Amino acid sequence: MNLLEKLDAAAAARKALLPNGVGAFGIPIEEIFSATEARIGDRRVLLMGTNNYLGLTFAPECIRAAHEAIDKEGTGTTGSRMANGSYFGHRALEREFADFYQCSSSIVFTTGYQANLGTISGLVGPGDTVLIDGDSHASIFDGCILSGANIIRFKHNDMADMEKRLRRLGDNIETTLIIAEGIYSMLGDQAPLADIVQLKNKYGGILLLDEAHSLGVLGKSGQGLVETTGLLNEVDFITGTFSKSLCSIGGFCVSNHPQLEQLRYVSHPYIFTASPSPATIASTRAALELLRKGSHLRDKLWSNCRQLYAQLKEVGYQLGPDPGPVIAAVVATPQQALLLWQQLLEHNIYVNLILPPAAPEGKSLVRCSVNAAHTTEEIRYVGDTFAKLYGAINMQT
Amino acid sequence: MTESNYDEIMKLLCDRLSDLANADVLITPETNLINQLSIDSIKLLNLIMEVEDAFDISIPINVLTDVQTVRELADLVHKIKITSS
Repeated sequence: MNLLEKLDAAAAARKALLPNGVGAFGIPIEEIFSATEARIGDRRVLLMGTNNYLGLTFAPECIRAAHEAIDKEGTGTTGSRMANGSYFGHRALEREFADFYQCSSSIVFTTGYQANLGTISGLVGPGDTVLIDGDSHASIFDGCILSGANIIRFKHNDMADMEKRLRRLGDNIETTLIIAEGIYSMLGDQAPLADIVQLKNKYGGILLLDEAHSLGVLGKSGQGLVETTGLLNEVDFITGTFSKSLCSIGGFCVSNHPQLEQLRYVSHPYIFTASPSPATIASTRAALELLRKGSHLRDKLWSNCRQLYAQLKEVGYQLGPDPGPVIAAVVATPQQALLLWQQLLEHNIYVNLILPPAAPEGKSLVRCSVNAAHTTEEIRYVGDTFAKLYGAINMQT
Repeated sequence: MTESNYDEIMKLLCDRLSDLANADVLITPETNLINQLSIDSIKLLNLIMEVEDAFDISIPINVLTDVQTVRELADLVHKIKITSS
């Protein structure tokens, strides 16, 4: 089989799962009206499949900051941070992230994906070890592959399993990076951070926590899982993204280890890419300010999360263990998931469809992402529609 | 590590792969894990975790890139087991 035939085989497998040209992946959004509404085809739909957790995509403060940055600094930096792409705004945002996490060092990356890729591949290399959760995001996995380190997985959120693997590492623990996530993107569950820290302190190693989905969502000031658990000082490196609660694009790493600065000189995903545009940096800075002061947004977000989670649970849907902004209905077959996804769209609700092998344990997911801008009525409509479809699609089988 | 241990590794792999693959596929040492068994990457990674537990070893998943057949996987597990004991 040549290179192109391999792609044909993969395309055939995808089409077998999604017959009749169903465009569940990469669906074209024709117009975007607000943080919660858009047009898909000729339908005005309720957006229940974005990562816009605080609903800030149209925040006037962020839009104004982006406009001003374009006017003053142009549309792009046309260079990497290492060369000509390190403007005042990039450095200011790094200071603001360091201050937000009460850390001494911070690095801004061009995307959240690159934040993990660059941090992990900068911290570990061939001969070192990374111990990662079995449900880790692709950016973590790809960062591990890029690093050339030995990759060991433990069962998702299973601390007995993690301990077994830590024990087997023996002396290699000295050069081991442990990686977990504040909120996991598939089922929306949180890492058992206190237990992970306890094991790290017992066996050793360096701990990196990815707060991509938990930044802005967890904690009084929105720091993430480190804040709700009070374990900020026990985590060695925190990474995150601007493309969820901060509503732009980019990523960061913060740490109290001064060695973080060295990553600027060894991390290819940091060095060999253009820096974020001035408008991106400006809107992110404005959004970070809103996020820090946004306890009212978090209150509304969590009220929405609890409402939808309770409604779907009561109907009988199999969900992740706890309510949160990611609420995924676990469905037995890809056909059922596709049907549910299509029917929701027929009812003007856009959610995410996740099919094997992307979903854990060979299941399929129909995943909602709740945000603070959804109204109570909108959440109720989504819950009522899921309830109506449960029987129609015979979800219990 | 003795020959009987190698046989034990091969038997475990064949048994578990039989469970994961279609019933009509006969698993032999020369069976190609990807082309013949069509096992998706996640199932294969989960199988590696089972093998780690069965033999109390660490199998870095990045070293699997050179593994194509059941025999090559058994050889890898055998080698790691020998060096770790």
